[in-house]
Amino acid sequence: MTNRIFVALCLLPLAVFSMAFLALPIVRLVQASGESAEGWGIYLQILQTPRYLQTLLQTVLVSFAVALTALAISTTAGLFLARNRFPGRGALLSILTLPLAFPGVVIGFLIILLGGRQGLFNTLLPGHVVFAYSLTGLFLGYLYFSIPRVLLTVMAATEKLDPSLEEAARTLGASPWRIVVDVILPGLAPSLVAAGAIAFATAMGAFGTAFTLATDIDVLPMVIYTEFTLSANIAMASALSVVLGLATWILLLVARSFAGTTVAAGG
Amino acid sequence: MTLTITNASKTYPDGTRALRPTSLTVGPGEILSLLGPSGCGKTTLLRIIAGLERPDPGSEVRFGDEDVTRLAVERRNVGMVFQSYALFPNMSVCANIGYGLKVRKVPAAELTRRVDEVLALCRLEDHAERPVTALSGGQRQRVALARAVAPRPRILLLDEPLSALDAALRDSLRDELAAMLRQFDITAVFVTHDQSEALAIADRIAVMSDGVMQQIGKPEELYRSPASAFVARFIGNAMPLPGRMEPGRLVLKGGVLPVPEAAGRSDVYVRAEDIHLDEDGPLQGTLETVSFSGGHYRLGIRDVVEDTLFATHPGRQAPAPGDRVRLRISPDDLVFLPQSGHMPE
Amino acid sequence: MHMTMPRVLQLAVTLLTAAFLIVPAIQSVLAGLTVNYFRGISSGLTLKWLGQVWELYAGSIALSMWLAVTCLAVTLVIGVPAAYALAKSPGRMSRVLEEFISLPLAVPGLALALALLQLYGSMQGFRTSWLFILVGHVLYTLPFMVRSVLAVLMAMDLRSLEESAATLGASSWTRFRTVVVPNAMPGILAGALTVVTLSIGEFNLTWMLHTPYLKTLPVGLADSYASMRLEIASAYTLVFFVMIVPLLMAMQWATDRAQRITR
Ligand SMILES: Nc1ncnc2c1ncn2[C@@H]1O[C@H](COP(=O)(O)OP(=O)(O)OP(=O)(O)O)[C@@H](O)[C@H]1O
Ligand SMILES: [Mg+2]
Repeated sequence: MTNRIFVALCLLPLAVFSMAFLALPIVRLVQASGESAEGWGIYLQILQTPRYLQTLLQTVLVSFAVALTALAISTTAGLFLARNRFPGRGALLSILTLPLAFPGVVIGFLIILLGGRQGLFNTLLPGHVVFAYSLTGLFLGYLYFSIPRVLLTVMAATEKLDPSLEEAARTLGASPWRIVVDVILPGLAPSLVAAGAIAFATAMGAFGTAFTLATDIDVLPMVIYTEFTLSANIAMASALSVVLGLATWILLLVARSFAGTTVAAGG
Repeated sequence: MTLTITNASKTYPDGTRALRPTSLTVGPGEILSLLGPSGCGKTTLLRIIAGLERPDPGSEVRFGDEDVTRLAVERRNVGMVFQSYALFPNMSVCANIGYGLKVRKVPAAELTRRVDEVLALCRLEDHAERPVTALSGGQRQRVALARAVAPRPRILLLDEPLSALDAALRDSLRDELAAMLRQFDITAVFVTHDQSEALAIADRIAVMSDGVMQQIGKPEELYRSPASAFVARFIGNAMPLPGRMEPGRLVLKGGVLPVPEAAGRSDVYVRAEDIHLDEDGPLQGTLETVSFSGGHYRLGIRDVVEDTLFATHPGRQAPAPGDRVRLRISPDDLVFLPQSGHMPE
Repeated sequence: MHMTMPRVLQLAVTLLTAAFLIVPAIQSVLAGLTVNYFRGISSGLTLKWLGQVWELYAGSIALSMWLAVTCLAVTLVIGVPAAYALAKSPGRMSRVLEEFISLPLAVPGLALALALLQLYGSMQGFRTSWLFILVGHVLYTLPFMVRSVLAVLMAMDLRSLEESAATLGASSWTRFRTVVVPNAMPGILAGALTVVTLSIGEFNLTWMLHTPYLKTLPVGLADSYASMRLEIASAYTLVFFVMIVPLLMAMQWATDRAQRITR
């Protein structure tokens, strides 16, 4: 069958590219993580070194907080925008979704403009508030790029909700609040899980924001970066990368089994 | 172009034997209909002819003198109308129809001329430049046909071309399609599971069941002398008359029916339109149901045979359910089939 | 609109969130256009900072554009045929392959960059050329192209369309060119805009892969944030916004359109 050959040819460039620049490098990365004096014991060492362990914990906590907050905010705003028509709605929607693919560095800078030493809050408020370089700044930065993504997912899912379910609940006398709890949220649940997982995973791996904020908070990507460039501890940087990559990948895989489509971009 | 199929069979990779070895010849310009219930292998046979499906080893497909069994689809020069039409949504009506000519690198002037010709034949001139997505079901069906015939294929294959239309449109397009196919004068194989479609359009009908070719013949032949119980039931819904066969007569629950001496030991079938209400008729039964279907009544009659027997009654009035009725069946209208061990379902 | 208590709350959350997203962006635009940010707008508006950005960073802007274009070309050449092949072969192998090339969506860019660096870092000619950065960008954007095209291909009746083209005499290549690609166009367009947008904004991989002589726009941004005065950093951010915002809008429009087909 000549068509079979043609289809195989179509796949060839992809196969070559991902073999050379994805599969082999990943193999090399895993290999490199075992090339220090500790060998594969390096993974054990991560768990035994308080600095790494604390970083890991901190990264997970910040990411988790970001995911939850983004879900709460985006679901509220998403439902509101999906269910109401009013002048200025389009503009609001654009503002809320445009940062979708802003790189982390730019978002870090925007957070500095808000809460840095020369930032808006520090100049306007009498108490002189600087939060950009702290955990708060990092949290806000991650929140900044998570909101548009979660919002888009929530709105897409809201459009797919069957309106007759809601109408049925209303004819049965359910209050608006009960409808949200009993009909809308359960209907959105798969998408919310998926969107939350994406927000979480992206925050786990976000590097640009932390880099710009030059924060003294240790998050995993920053530690990987410093291990690699400053300490030249290549094995540890590789091992931490493997752990980070594996964690985010597995998380997203699990989340995707809950819901099919999600909006993923940037970081 | 004569189409000759010898021993064509198909076993799908999952082990489904969709087509048992089948042989078939379709003469030049002839329209053959493949008729059979859903899943009997009609599409499979059609796709083997088209070259879209590779038949099992030992099968042979010939177009005229050429053996095309191993020839790729795109070289076979067949025209095919798909069940879903599969019109190219990115092209206008004209571009769809001209596609086959374009990929054959027919010069532009010639291409335009032939597209116009086919547009006229299929009465699509008014829609030539419209996108195919803006057409009605019937128009799409005509575009699909026009596209298939424009490159002057050796064989034209149609897979249930009317089944995507609603019932009313289907009836009106049936005769139109029959007329167009005659006009094209191309050897054609036409798949359908609707017997009235096959009867109206085909020169000959091939009845299939479970991957096996049951009978091939002219519509009248299949109707009057079916070769098997399946064909008798499938064409014209013949009903069995189970009873005791005696020389010259058939003893039924509701009476005794005269039959030709030659009938011998055979199963007897009859169609609803051949059963007449007649006060002097030899059979007696009780009217169970009466339904009016426009031109006639359909009567369900109990106690003539074990099952309910149906008769069509053309009169202006019908007796009421519960009435005793007498029936007549002309011996010429009975269908005799070689006796099978069991009563076919 | 009838205002009830819950509605007011929802509106408040929505507006606050919008403010959180837009206020710093406006600040950066203003800062890039004012003479002295600390004295405020009253110090006057100027294009001086933009001019300086141009002098300092024209090279990185050009490099980013060049990378975006080449990245688009490569993802088209690799991604569109691959999506077609994946759509044609419904087997388990294709799903595994699709999952595999989607890894860069899940695995952080930093990890991928480390992996690339360790395998190819010692190949000097390659390591120091723009092609190395291109590889990173293609790696990151390719899954978006493949998935976008694949979704549209899966939504249409690809098999029937191809079979009918085949009976009309079209070879595999002709079918791909005249039937598959034109009908996949909405997906290709959405994928292309996504690729360009993401390539222009890509930082995580690029920061690790770049050399001092090869700085992309976001790398230059990071550089300016660290070492330039606030006005220049803001003006540079403004330039970035001007490039990325229209692309983002186009991307969202195209993605919506493609998704309507997919549904
Ligand atoms: N690709 C396939 N793989 C496995 N089995 C198949 C395949 N295509 C068809 N079959 C099976 O082969 C048998 C014949 O199928 P075919 O499509 O030829 O039937 P058909 O007569 O055209 O039915 P219909 O009137 O419903 O279109 C069916 O049992 C079907 O399930
Ligand atoms: Mg069929």
